[in-house]
Amino acid sequence: MEMNKDLVAASTTPLVLAILAERDSYGYAIIKRVTELSRGHLQWTDGMLYPVLHRLERQGYVAAKWSASENGRRRKYYRITKEGRAQLAAHRQQWQVVNGTLRGIWMKACTA
Amino acid sequence: MAGRERYPARYLDEGVHGMTTFADRPLEEQIAHWRAYLSQRQALHGPDLEELEGHLRDQLLALTEAGLAGDEAFLVAVKRMGSLDTLSGEFARAHSERLWKQLVLGAESGDDSVTSKTRHTETWVVLSLAVSAALAIKAPALFGIQFGGDQPFYARNASLFVFPLLSVYFVWKRGSDVVSRLGLALAFAVGALFANVFPFRPGSDTEVLTALHLPIALWLAVGFAYVRSRWFADDGRRMNFVRFSGELAIYYVLIALGGGVLTAFTLMMFHSIGLNAKWLVQGWLIPCGAMGAVIIGSWLVEAKQSVIENMAPVLTRLFTPLFTILLLVFLGTMAWTGSPINVERELLIGFDLLLVLVVGLVLYAVSARDPQAPPDFFDGLQLLLVVSALAVDGAALGAIATRISEFGFSPNRVAALGENLILLVNLGWSAWLYARFLRRQGSFAILERWQVAYLPVYSAWAALVVVLFPPVFSYR
Repeated sequence: MEMNKDLVAASTTPLVLAILAERDSYGYAIIKRVTELSRGHLQWTDGMLYPVLHRLERQGYVAAKWSASENGRRRKYYRITKEGRAQLAAHRQQWQVVNGTLRGIWMKACTA
Repeated sequence: MAGRERYPARYLDEGVHGMTTFADRPLEEQIAHWRAYLSQRQALHGPDLEELEGHLRDQLLALTEAGLAGDEAFLVAVKRMGSLDTLSGEFARAHSERLWKQLVLGAESGDDSVTSKTRHTETWVVLSLAVSAALAIKAPALFGIQFGGDQPFYARNASLFVFPLLSVYFVWKRGSDVVSRLGLALAFAVGALFANVFPFRPGSDTEVLTALHLPIALWLAVGFAYVRSRWFADDGRRMNFVRFSGELAIYYVLIALGGGVLTAFTLMMFHSIGLNAKWLVQGWLIPCGAMGAVIIGSWLVEAKQSVIENMAPVLTRLFTPLFTILLLVFLGTMAWTGSPINVERELLIGFDLLLVLVVGLVLYAVSARDPQAPPDFFDGLQLLLVVSALAVDGAALGAIATRISEFGFSPNRVAALGENLILLVNLGWSAWLYARFLRRQGSFAILERWQVAYLPVYSAWAALVVVLFPPVFSYR
């Protein structure tokens, strides 16, 4: 299934925040988790995640820290902040509105 | 290795084609290439590269574990990373300040503690040197030589207050051995000596000449410090000094404009509460600012070198066609009307300045040009500019020669004539080299080398004017 580009872009921020709300993570693992959760339907261009993460970091929704990884190289780990959680909640409400609206129409279409 | 830049771009932007070139190279080398290519992007800083490289490595590991060969895995991983142009565009958008911020603050991204520490030290060194320069110009006042009014002492010594400190900055930054440090100190000491020993008559021409020529002579000493005291070792570094000089001039003008605004506000605001701040502005703000700005300007040029496009070459591109048109129209008009150049007192100086300007245009065009590139339209334009300047100057020199033969020599006339000849030689030979280059008989590098090699001649002549002219013309 080919996903609409704008839809993918719009879902990036809530997805990243939601994944970080599960546990602290780093770029590569976040992308793996997205693929896993969407069963491969959401394909990001890997590099593009990093500017997004940096922007979130600047906005204060996530915090970043360099620490050692299991392979001995340094890795930049991201963690969601309190503001980030608030932002995530706001996103969630908005998506629920969209989701609920569409669901309502489609349910009617099914039953009619 | 001309393809170094193109290879990675090709994998990223066009996908898999053309990859066979790297197929049998080891993976690490490919990663190094990729990283080197990435590091050329201004929006990407060291830590970002590390982060992206870490991602690439994780991806590679997963792919090779899934059974792909090293080079196949590399292809897939790089392709998934996305187009480099879009990526660096996104980084630039996320960090728009990066293209500018280094200008003043230095490496804020300094995860590398060593560089951030030296940056920090540099800020302090520069600030203390700037303050020293500002204090240096106030020091003579302690010995009763007041600034302002009719005090030629400051005009003669202006460069001596700040150039030695600027040299100290370069010596500190780039290092040098003891002999060259002594050499530099000696050069400045000699300059100070000749600026102050001669018994100039009040309002004498030779004194003005000294004030004008001493900075040109001593600028070579600054250049010596800039190139790490190895003037003849390396053309590239001398060219960097030329670039530095041009950028510094532009920065200085900009800082001066800001200083003008500051001055105007100072006067206006204190005037509004009935105080006259003239003493503060004339006695402190202007002289101290003028000295400190040289150091601060130099530091800014050093710091931003790689950050934004240099200004001097851009201005050169802009004004070369305009001056060429001016000179051609002038020559045409002169030929059409048949009116000879009207010899006036300031004329020789005026045409000297014209030649200085044309030499500057040539020099900065040369400094920004890739010597390997074949001749293009702009090179032809440069040749036209030089030739028309030579023609205009020839006409002016003819007029001036008759005047000198009528009225004899004066210090101003001899100095201006000497400068004219020096510039004429430079431009004549440059025209010849340009012509050869355009006919593809010589390389551009020869022209570049000629311009760089000629630099000390200007300073040598200036030194001659400072040292010999006052006694020869008996201090008049």
